[in-house]
Amino acid sequence: MSRVPEEEPPRERGAVEELASDPASRKRFLRMLGGGGAAAVSFGLLLGACGGGDSAGGGGAKVETSTGPSAAPPSAPPPKPAADVDIVNYALTLEYVEADFYAAVIRGGLFSGRRLELLKVIGDHELQHVEALANTVAQLGGTPVRKPRTRFALGNPSSVVALAATVENLGASAYLGQAGNIQSKEVLAAALSIHTVEARHAAALNSLTGRPPTPDGAFAKPATMAQVLPQVKPFIVS
Amino acid sequence: MVNSKLVAPELAAVEIHGMTRGAFIMRAALAAGSVYGLQTVGPLVNEALAQGKAGDIEILNFALTLEFLETDFYRTAQGLSGEAAALARTFGDEEAEHVGALTRAIRGLGGTPAKKPTASFPKGGQAAFLKLAQTLEDTGVSAYNGAAPMIQSKEVLAAAGTIVQVEARHAASIRLLNGEDPAPVAFDQTMNEEQVLRAVEPFVGT
Repeated sequence: MSRVPEEEPPRERGAVEELASDPASRKRFLRMLGGGGAAAVSFGLLLGACGGGDSAGGGGAKVETSTGPSAAPPSAPPPKPAADVDIVNYALTLEYVEADFYAAVIRGGLFSGRRLELLKVIGDHELQHVEALANTVAQLGGTPVRKPRTRFALGNPSSVVALAATVENLGASAYLGQAGNIQSKEVLAAALSIHTVEARHAAALNSLTGRPPTPDGAFAKPATMAQVLPQVKPFIVS
Repeated sequence: MVNSKLVAPELAAVEIHGMTRGAFIMRAALAAGSVYGLQTVGPLVNEALAQGKAGDIEILNFALTLEFLETDFYRTAQGLSGEAAALARTFGDEEAEHVGALTRAIRGLGGTPAKKPTASFPKGGQAAFLKLAQTLEDTGVSAYNGAAPMIQSKEVLAAAGTIVQVEARHAASIRLLNGEDPAPVAFDQTMNEEQVLRAVEPFVGT
């Protein structure tokens, strides 16, 4: 297991310092969080290790699964964690894709009644997330990423709802994967307030497709950028 | 105690006993939620923990108190059938797993896990159960989201994240069953600082 990245700013102290400086206490921490599963994955993500962990989000799409971060320490030092502005821009890209997806779904006219209402509400949330994240990037002094051009293969209603569920589960796991990387408490609070909304969307759409609302059980699984981006790429034209 | 003027009277009917700080904050959180609405819970918890300069152990102990409460709620539910009964079983088991993980995390950090508070929940059949379940789960989401930015250790934060996502999924599923919007707002916690301070004033001493 690798170390907490050296670039960590001095505000990290207390437990994290103890964990970083004492391998035994780190192991203890992983053990105590039960079965290693979720916690081990989180821990790997915190260190910026790519390619570890399980499939993202519990959706249909599979990502490459290694033997897990605790079993295979990366040979190279872990990459420097992304700055907040990069993380927020990453989230913004995902939200752009989600918002476009729901716009396409609603334009497609496949739905009516309560399902249409739900999809509209979710799509509206994604648009609000886009706006909030773009503002956050600007407040951080960054430049918001450009809205990507997207493309979705929309088949029949049930395959569209299944795709929506997959997208939302992926979104929830993507936010969860960044929680430990965010430096600013304000940005963290904002990301968390979106994270649980993505989770709500995911659970509701899972229920509509007959999947369990909590597909990972009691502990949700996070996903790294390296796990998430390849799954989003098919939807991005340019 | 149940008052029709309350925003969420079902919360006011939950009684939590115990002298631990977690139980105290939880009582204040439920009180604020019942009086001011659930969106006040996160800020209240954040404020209460900030005032006490809570360390990670204390935050985890607060979360543990909440999970004890939720586990108890699902485990003592009676007279449920169909999907409500199935969800209560699954969610009760998941809350119990949260209790176990948080207990181990607190011990691992060298702390003493809070004792299980005794709690009593109003009885009233499946509809009342589902209403309170929705409120408790929404409260849980707001409480975790309020506490999370106070957490020092990134490992503890990531672990809390894996739990709060599940709380949000519970909340959404129960809302769906109740015929309500699974995600009523685009952001799970929205209040400015001034509103927060006004909301918490009656409950939290300085």
